[in-house]
Order: sequence, then C-alpha cells, then structure tokens
Amino acid sequence: MELIVFYATAAIALVSALVAVSHRNPIVNVLALVVTFFCVAVCYALLGASFLAAAQILVYAGAILVLFLFVVMLLNAPEEQAAGEPRPVQGVAGFALTAVAAIGGVLLLAAVPSAEPASPPDGHVVALGRLLVGPYLFAFELISVLLLAALVGALVLVKRKH
Amino acid sequence: MWGEVAVTALKLLVVAVGMLTAVPVMVWVERRGAAFIQDRIGPNRVGPLGLFQPIIDAVKLFFKEDVTPAAVNRGLYFLAPMIAIGVALVTWIVIPFGAGHDVTLFGVPLDGVMVAPDLNVGVLYLLALSSLGVYGIVLAGWSSNNKYSLLGGLRSSAQLISYELSMTVAVLGVLMATGSLHLGDVVSYQQQHVWNAVPQFVGFVVFITAAFAETNRLPFDLAEAETELVAGYHVEYSSMKFAAFFMSEYINMVTASALIVTLFFGGWSLPGVNLTGWPGLLVSVAVFVAKVSFFLWLFVWVRWSLPRFRYDQLMTLGWKGLLPLATLNLIWVAVAMTMGWL
Repeated sequence: MELIVFYATAAIALVSALVAVSHRNPIVNVLALVVTFFCVAVCYALLGASFLAAAQILVYAGAILVLFLFVVMLLNAPEEQAAGEPRPVQGVAGFALTAVAAIGGVLLLAAVPSAEPASPPDGHVVALGRLLVGPYLFAFELISVLLLAALVGALVLVKRKH
Repeated sequence: MWGEVAVTALKLLVVAVGMLTAVPVMVWVERRGAAFIQDRIGPNRVGPLGLFQPIIDAVKLFFKEDVTPAAVNRGLYFLAPMIAIGVALVTWIVIPFGAGHDVTLFGVPLDGVMVAPDLNVGVLYLLALSSLGVYGIVLAGWSSNNKYSLLGGLRSSAQLISYELSMTVAVLGVLMATGSLHLGDVVSYQQQHVWNAVPQFVGFVVFITAAFAETNRLPFDLAEAETELVAGYHVEYSSMKFAAFFMSEYINMVTASALIVTLFFGGWSLPGVNLTGWPGLLVSVAVFVAKVSFFLWLFVWVRWSLPRFRYDQLMTLGWKGLLPLATLNLIWVAVAMTMGWL
C-alpha cells in the first residue's frame, strides 16, 4: 500500500518538476512547483516525518510560492518565447547530459546500501528542536545569516539600477 | 480493522454533513443578522422565519446558467473553485469535537472524536492546509482575465502573507504553553489549567484579528470589496462555481471559529463539568457547538458593524500592529513559563 502511494507520488513529483522547468507559462511553472513540493511532503509523511511534511507545505507551498505567484502576477510576466530554431547540437548535448545524470543516479543507488527509515522517536518535534538548538546550533544560525546576506544582496542589486 | 474503517468513515460522514449543513444555516444567520443589525426584517417569506431561504438559494444556484467567459485561461479557471472548496473541506480532520476518552464504538476508542487522532502535528496540518486556500482565490483572480479579478487575487495573496505570520506567532504562544502540537493535548491542557484566552489575551486578540483577515471577512474583505472591485476574484464566476467560492468562505469561517475555540477557549471542555461515558461525550460536543456558534455570530456581528479598512491601513495594521503584539505575547509566555507562572 505504502509502496503504491510512494511510486504514484514520486511519478507525479517528477512529471510536475519537468513541467515546472519546461512550460512556457510562468504561472503554470509556479503551480507545477507547488505540486512537486506537495508530493515531496507526501514522501516525508510516508517516512513517518509528519512534522517535516507539514512544515514543507506550510513554508514552501503555503508561503514562499504564494509570494512567487504574487510577483509573477504583479509583473504580469509574459509567456516565454523560443529564442530561435533549436540547433542540432542542443539536442545532442541534452541527450548526453541526461544519459550522464541517469548513469550517475543508477551508480549512486547501487553504491549506497538501501536503508530503512529511522523510526522517529515519540514526540519527534521535541527531538528535532533539541538537535537544532543543540549540536546543530552553529549550522542553523549560519543558514539564517546566509539567508539574510542573500536578502541584503538582492536589495543592493535592485538599488543599483535606480 | 473493519471496526476502525467503519468508525473513521462514520466520523468523516459526520464532519462532512456537519460542515455542509453549517453553510446554509450560516447564510440564513448572516442575512437575518444583517437585517436585525440594520433594523430591517430580512428574508421571512420562505418557511418559518425564512428558514428555507438558503435551500431556495441553493436550487437557484444549481439551475443558473454556467457562463464561461471567452478569454479565460480554461484549465486554471475550472481548477480555482475546486481548490477553494477542496482545501476548505479537508481541514476539519484534526479538530477534537468532544471528550470520549472512555467511549468505544465497534471496539474503537472515540478519543476526542477527531477523524485523525494519531496525527501528532495537528495544528501545523491545519495551518498548512488553510494557507493553501489562497491558491483558489489567486488563481481565480488571474485566470478570469479581468482586471478587477486580478486586483482581488493580488490583494488576497499579499493579505494572506502578512497576516499568516502574526497568526502563526500567536499560535506559537499556545503551543509553547501546551508543549504539544496535538489539538487534543491543547484542550486537555486547558482543562487542567485555565483557558488560554486568560493568560494569553493579547495572543487571542491577534489570532482573532488575523482569522478575520484569513477568511476574507469584513473589515478585511479587500479581495472582493464590492464598492471598488465589483466582486473581486469571483466576478467572472456564476452558478455552482460561484457557489463553491461562497461555500468555502463560510466553511473557512466555521474552521476559524473552531480553531479559536480549541486554542483559546478550552475546546469542548467546560470548567466544573466532568461527565464520563456517552453523556460526557454528548455534553462536550454540545458545549463545543455552542462555543463555535458564538464565534460564528461574532463574525456576522463584526461584518455588519465595522466599515472596510483601506488597503494601506490593512498592511500597516498587519506588520506594525499585529506582528509586534504577537511577538510580545510570545515573549510574555516564555517569561511566564520560565518563572513558573504558567
């Protein structure tokens, strides 16, 4: 039963991820990304990480992508137009890259021993919180500083144009 | 196994029927309430006290012509009302409606009478799903290819992002005091101590204000502001597609009321009442319904008493008023917990 759900969500996640990068309409791109995040959340839930699943939907699908959609709609981004006739070399390069990625993925899967998901301890939100403010405090703070730096950087880039 | 399936199906049935019944009742309450507040009579022709008016309205909506404008983005135009009503319908499975720790049905304990009693991130699940509801409104606004709709959708998404933050921080205070994300635990904590609205009154005020904004109700109904945007995001919708938006608004209102009651007003519990078994279950469900009804009436009351905010006022209130207040509440809860007052 879980296996069926997993394969179904994984398939939907892959297809919607493809749509997210390939569709011409930016609104559809954002929506496809929402579907992808939703499927990833389902995968988390299947592994027993219900907190991570809820946080994934709450933060990514519920907040960040709403912001994306807001910006895309506000700027009224037009549909992407093809830059010109595709050249044959593009097709070959794309095919080669896909092949490399596929072979790499298969090799990686073969190299890593299949692992059972660690069963989360009871009240694993508490456990997660302790890890974040305990052993991983430095990394956690570092990430927030990184996000702040990115934010300031974006502001500086926008300011320069005016 | 089959007992569990049967009980879950039964709970789902009760929840679905309850929500879909709440909509026509609330429509009637809203119209009669508005009339009462404005010193009118209101709908009183169909049935006693006009009680059958919502049924007639529903029949009218069913048989109305379903117009699809020529210039809409078809796929998204059809998807938007489905998202709105779908998201509204799935939020109720984590809300505990009554006691019932000691009641079994077909050998299955009716713990809290919620549909998904084992989901230990109940509050997060509810917040996550309710934050998805905005996609329905935004997509309706964009796909309709109408400038009023688009403005409504844009306002709605900006409003949601601004108020969701304060709402979540206000909820954080409750969760910290409880020490659990499970709504059943939130209720039993309040049963043993005191209703959260007492020590966290500021958090409660922030939460209820944000709830009005999240449900797009006056004084924050900027997304549909009739006087400036015709009807906002659902201008181009008719018949049952319009009804889907209409219903989702009322269902969201019921969900918000239930959440207010569960988080801040002791859920199904009533101080001094400690019944067990089936009587306890029935009384607690009645208490829950009574409390939710009060907040539903509050929604109607406020709608017909306060004028609409201007858009910049809405944003100022959200970022400069509610967010600092919610943070203050959080600090207060942290201090109180450290000092051992809570």
